[in-house]
Amino acid sequence: MRMSRASRGDAEAGLAEGPGLAEAVGEILERLRSLEGPLLPILHAVQDRFGFIPADSVPLIAKGLNLSRAEVHGVISFYPLFRTGPPGKRTLYICRAEACQAMGGAVLEAHAKRALGIDYGGTTADGEFTLEPVFCLGNCACSPSVLLNGRLHSRVDPKAFDELIGR
Amino acid sequence: MSVRVLVPSDSTAKSLGADAVAAAVAEAAPALDVRRTGSRGLYWLEPLVEVETAAGRIGFGPLDVQRARTLFAGGAPSAEHPDCLGLVAELPALKAQARLTMTRAGVVEPLSLAQYEAHGGFLGLRRAQSLTAQEIVAAVTESGLRGRGGAAFPTGVKWRTVLQAEGSQKYIVCNADEGDSGTFADRMVMESDPFLLIEGMRIAGLAVGADRGYIYCRAEYPQAIATLDEAIRLAAAAGHLHGFHLQVREGAGAYICGEETSLLESLEGKRGTVRYRPPLPATAGLFGKPTVVNNVISLATVPVILAQGAEHHRSFGVGRSLGTLTVQLAGNVRRGGLFEVPFGVTLRQVVEDLGGGTASGRPIKAVQAGGPLGAYIPPQHFDTPLDYESFQTIDAMIGHGGLVVFDDRADLGTLARYAFEFCAEESCGKCTPCRVGAVRGVEVVDRIRRGERAVDNRILLKDLCRTMIDGSLCGLGGMAPLPVLSVMEHFAEEL
Repeated sequence: MRMSRASRGDAEAGLAEGPGLAEAVGEILERLRSLEGPLLPILHAVQDRFGFIPADSVPLIAKGLNLSRAEVHGVISFYPLFRTGPPGKRTLYICRAEACQAMGGAVLEAHAKRALGIDYGGTTADGEFTLEPVFCLGNCACSPSVLLNGRLHSRVDPKAFDELIGR
Repeated sequence: MSVRVLVPSDSTAKSLGADAVAAAVAEAAPALDVRRTGSRGLYWLEPLVEVETAAGRIGFGPLDVQRARTLFAGGAPSAEHPDCLGLVAELPALKAQARLTMTRAGVVEPLSLAQYEAHGGFLGLRRAQSLTAQEIVAAVTESGLRGRGGAAFPTGVKWRTVLQAEGSQKYIVCNADEGDSGTFADRMVMESDPFLLIEGMRIAGLAVGADRGYIYCRAEYPQAIATLDEAIRLAAAAGHLHGFHLQVREGAGAYICGEETSLLESLEGKRGTVRYRPPLPATAGLFGKPTVVNNVISLATVPVILAQGAEHHRSFGVGRSLGTLTVQLAGNVRRGGLFEVPFGVTLRQVVEDLGGGTASGRPIKAVQAGGPLGAYIPPQHFDTPLDYESFQTIDAMIGHGGLVVFDDRADLGTLARYAFEFCAEESCGKCTPCRVGAVRGVEVVDRIRRGERAVDNRILLKDLCRTMIDGSLCGLGGMAPLPVLSVMEHFAEEL
């Protein structure tokens, strides 16, 4: 999922099945196929549209680019930011890298998991939050860093985290 | 004319509330002309609001909404205001720097071509257009510029190889996959001075005969991507690209794609698996064509080399480390941010004098230099000069110039374990020592920390590190053991 647009609210989740999918993927292929090395831009576009890369889109993308489904699957599974299932309404990335660890990042991680009741990769039962790790947000002078729905937050301690998630 | 007030729009400044501060200033004093610049990189002062005066820009920061409202109620505060930091250009943190590359960051509005040109933009490109390709390459070679991404390979030598390579199609690829923890210099250039990178890539294109370029930027930098996209559109519309086809491509969260051959695979639309070398990308790179792959800072330093001459660049630095290093001070540090300094200043000068020690006020225990694959350096080595050769003598590396500071509460054993954990997570899987070794490394560290046959397991751990170093194709498997070995050597009681 494009990190700047980490919300399912923006995506047309309802289109992820049925005829709408083929049409949307076809339009994306038409628009991007002529790029040099088009697969990653296409996967980003599909994910921007649906919030994740629906399984049914894989054969369509493969056919459109004259690749095997295995090749497309291999690329999707290699990159951590490509999702194969829908995320919660808001995606929360917590930086796990060293600069954040130097400022209490591990405490924040543990707090976040406890507060949301989920582990990395999980989505809260109410579908509100998906929690993901990230390795560096380039905000290392103001650690610990959190990205919530595409918005970067600095110096996030457990108290600031609770305010962020409104709990 | 209304007084101009400048509020940074860089993503760190925004994360500290710069948007709300800008809105508060505009509301408190509607007569003022509020503009959004990039950031100067003095992040402990962000949001740093600057006010234009006859004497120059004066600064106020860090501001929150409340302080901004009070300060700007009834107009712009003057230099006599007790909260004024004085002239921004005279701030000790900026005076102590030698800004060759980061001259416009925080000064100009990032997407203003007029301001870019008014502050020396495109001088390097114009100079390059009056030279032959060989002369451009010679200037870059003579400047002593070495790859700022971390490998420190002479940029001119790389360019000469691509210039001499046969091929009807050549590429300029900018590595903007800045994944090392503690680094943000590339992001700063892309967000605060994007035309600089475009100018550097145009010059590279002229130097080697390439008419296509790609900027591979990590997805974690959405604002950098959006800024570059718009900057490219503006530069093309104003006729600055002269047929040079330039595009931004977005990564998808894989650290390994900062390794140049993996990056090329990713650009081609494949899994980011590392390639064997040779052939070098310079002769067979993107789609098998001769390709320059340079880091953002390397390319962003080329314009000033062309504009002011190789000699000017060489006049900074020491030995074979010439020019400036964009040091990024991060982690537990009082004054974190970007400090562009000549190579040769000591680690202590940077961390203690410029950085002011730890944010927590506690003693420094270690500094990790060069990202997650860099050594943890103990205080007894802090007098080491920041240059590539001196750092080698203490088994450390400068890498991309990131310095992460840890106070005395840091558990170096946990951090060593994390180095393997990170490597296991990010390994592309091609080389067995990296793919499997990193997983085994976590297990062996755990055994040692549990006190299980600690002596034997320490020997085993060193042997494993050696195997990874010797048996991995790229820097991930080859260098992930370095932080571990540095902990074993300098903080033996913790691992």
